[in-house]
Parts: sequence; C-alpha cells; structure tokens
Amino acid sequence: MTMITTTITPMLDDFMTRAALAGIGTALAAAPLGCFVVWRRMAYFGDATAHAALLGVALSLALRGPIMLGVLSTAIVMALLVQGLSGRGLAQDTLLGVLAHSALAIGLVAVSFLSGVRIDLMGYLFGDILAVSKTDLALIWGGAAVVIVLMLWRWQGMLASTLNPDLAQASGISAKTEQLVLTLALALTVAVAIKAVGALLIGALLVIPPAAARPLTGSPESMAIATAAIGSAAALGGLGASFQFDTPTGPTIVCCAAAMFVVNTIISRGLKLR
Amino acid sequence: MSLIVTKNLTLSQGGRSVLHNVDFSIDRGEIVTVVGPNGSGKSTLVKGLIGALTPVKGSVTRARGLTIGYVPQSLQLDGLLPLTVERFLNLPHRQSKAAIAKALSDAGVPQVARSQLRALSGGQFQRVLLARALLLKPDILILDEATQGLDQPGAAAFYIQIADVRNRLNCAVLMVSHDLHVVMAASDRVLCLNGHICCQGTPDVVQDAPEYHALFGTGTQGTFALYRHGHDHDHDHDDHHTHA
Repeated sequence: MTMITTTITPMLDDFMTRAALAGIGTALAAAPLGCFVVWRRMAYFGDATAHAALLGVALSLALRGPIMLGVLSTAIVMALLVQGLSGRGLAQDTLLGVLAHSALAIGLVAVSFLSGVRIDLMGYLFGDILAVSKTDLALIWGGAAVVIVLMLWRWQGMLASTLNPDLAQASGISAKTEQLVLTLALALTVAVAIKAVGALLIGALLVIPPAAARPLTGSPESMAIATAAIGSAAALGGLGASFQFDTPTGPTIVCCAAAMFVVNTIISRGLKLR
Repeated sequence: MSLIVTKNLTLSQGGRSVLHNVDFSIDRGEIVTVVGPNGSGKSTLVKGLIGALTPVKGSVTRARGLTIGYVPQSLQLDGLLPLTVERFLNLPHRQSKAAIAKALSDAGVPQVARSQLRALSGGQFQRVLLARALLLKPDILILDEATQGLDQPGAAAFYIQIADVRNRLNCAVLMVSHDLHVVMAASDRVLCLNGHICCQGTPDVVQDAPEYHALFGTGTQGTFALYRHGHDHDHDHDDHHTHA
C-alpha cells in the first residue's frame, strides 16, 4: 500500500495524468452502455438523461451537496420519467425531444438563480477535464467500476431482452427488470461523464465510439471492447490535441471520436467493395 | 397435471382489450393449434401464456419449473447488433458447443453456426429459431406463425419436424397458424379464436362447427375467407363481447 501510495501519488499530482485517467475511466464506463444505447436505439434517451444533469448541478449547488450526487439523482428521475411516459400516446422521439430540451432549459434557468455562487457554466456544459481533482478521479473510477460490474452481471439477460423482449420473457428473463438496470447504469454513467465532457456532449461519448466500433466487429462482446478502446483513444488523443492546439478539451475529445468513426466507416466500406 | 392453465383470462394490448375470458389448458404431448382471423388475439394469447403480458383479469398458471421453447413470429434485426448464430443460441443461457451443433443439425441447418444472423435466408432463420427453442429441451414448444417466410414444401417439412420433435421430447406444442388445412390435420386439438374462444375440439369437430364456418367460410375457400373476414360474425355465445 505504501509503495503504491509513493509511486502513484506524485504521478497524480500532474494535472495531465489526472485528466488522462479521468478520460479513460469515463470511456470505459460509457463503452458497454453506449453499445446498448446504439443497439436499442436509445440515443435520444441518453441525451435526455444527460441534459437533466445540469439541473442536478444547480440543485447540488443550491443545497450545497456533492455535485455527483445531484447529477446522479436528477439523471435517475429523468430516466425513470422517460421510461414511465413512453408508450402513452406521444411518439417516442417527440416525447424525448420535449423532455431533453426542457431539462436543459430548466437547468440553465435554475443555474441563473444561484446569484451567490460563482459557477463555471461552460465547465458543466462542455466538461472541464483538466480541472479533475483526486477526489473527482476516485468518484469517476468508482462509478465506472460499478457500471462495468452491473453490465457484466446482467450482460446475457440484457442482450437477450434487447434482441427480443418476448423471447427473453419465455426464458424467464424480465425485460422490464433489464430495462430498469440499464436505465440506472445510464444515469450513473452520466454522473461519471459530466466532469470529462459535460452535459451537452455525454450523448456524443455514448453514441460515437460504438458507432465507430460497429463496422470492425462481429460479436456483441468484441464491439463493447472495441468501443472501450476507441473511447479511450479518443480521450487521450483529444487531450493531446487540445494541449497542442489550445482548444477546449471536451469538444476536442468528441472530435477525435468522430474522426475515428469516419475513418472506420470508410475503411470498412472499402473492404466490402473489394 | 396441465403445463399451462388459464382461467377467465382477459388481456389488453396498447390500452385496447383484445382477448376476453379465455379458459384454456394444455397437457404434455398435446399438439394444439390456434386459428383465427387477423387481429383475433392469437399473438396476444401467446404473449399472455409466456408471461410477456400481464392479465387484466383472470389468471395464467404455469407448472413449476416449466421450460418454454418459444419461436416468435419474426425477429427485427437491424444490423446494429453483430451476432452470430452460435452466440444467439447462447442467449440467455450458455450452451455447450456440442449441444449447439446438435440442435442446428436437428433443425436442418448444420452449417450456419458461425454465420451472422442477418446473413441468413428466411427459411434458415426460422430453423435457427427452432434450434434455439429445442436447445432448451422445452416442456412446451410455442410457435407463433413460425412458417412465415417459408414456401409450401418448406412449411410442410417444418410441420413434419415439429411432430417428430413432439414424439422425441414428449413436449406439448402450441401453434398459431394461418396454414389452416396443413395445421389442422397435424393437431390433436384446434382452438378457434376471435377475441374469445369461438369453438374448440378435435380438428373434425371444429371443422364442422358453425362458429368455425362463420369465421372461415366453407370448403376450399377457407384460407381465402380468412382475409375477407369482416365484422360479419354474429353467432351467439355466452362470453361474446362486442369488439371495439
């Protein structure tokens, strides 16, 4: 333990190292979730949950509580709200559009009420990965570990119910339970990712890496692993590029992921044409 | 003891009540076929039996530890989820490679284990679904329009296979089907459905029942009449409700 402390602690004193570790932790948590978001066509669902995070920030600041807890609880409430309201008349994309944008607007208005607090709004919207503290890092990796364990534990059942809910049900798997676990894991991922990429770009981090991984893979597991690799590479590449070109880090990370998506898609098309 | 028993089962889907007061049971070794026009609640009944729908009224009782082999109408695959046949057969419960190879060869598609699900033809896909159901060594096999996408010889071969499976596993078989004549010949019991149970019994009994004729017409036009059926069925029945 002392050896670990003496070797790692000085390393963690470097803000670039902390930022890199935060980026990788976020990418690892987002990878399995992002795959399910893509497989189940839940991209807007991810957005709605992520946009609610800003309201969580405002609430935490108003109540002087930990930010991550506030983000986690508003994300959970939002996710459950979406789940509860879906299939009750409004088309799914309209419902999600209403909820996602309202949540963001309410969050922005709520933040403006916090006159006494100095708040870095840009940081919460687009992430502030260079300012990650050791405590943040512990929370990110702890949250990521919980998400990954949750996903590994339910992997088979979630996969079956994603493929066909009735088929899963006939084998004794409750599609509703799997959906609930997925929803909770999504909320936790949002809470983990807000520091790295911010409320507006969490959706991008969920969807782009799996979309980039898809053409290269032939099984759900290899797709999840490739997604984790692409997400981590985007985090490190984005960090390096933003340092080099003095650009905002969160958006640069997303740009890196988008570039990988384009390259992978072109390569796989080329391979198919040959 | 019956494998699945329903008492006074009423089910609704999308807020609309589809099936009323169904009393039904199925025993080991029986082949039961469910027939009825489109929208008569056939698939809804299946969803109720496998537990995907919760009864609005009444009850569904499954025998303890009942294993259901379910073959759905179709699977929507959109190519976003990469999945080989072998991996699919491992969902949700892991199976041995040998068991998978045997199930695929029993279902008549021995060579597809490593293919992507999306690359299969309609007939191959239906057989893979059957292989998956058989892999579970089911007490009851439930097939919902399982011959969709098969041509006539393919469908006939499929039904012969089902009868063979029943004999080997001594399981019950519940089939929903449009292929009236083929299916009825192979069944022990036929259930004629139109929002409720119109009539049921051995194929002979059902074929002569006035309720059956009201639904499907007579003679060789039976399958054709299926698609023409409107709101013209007016036989009296205790549990007949007006359909909204």
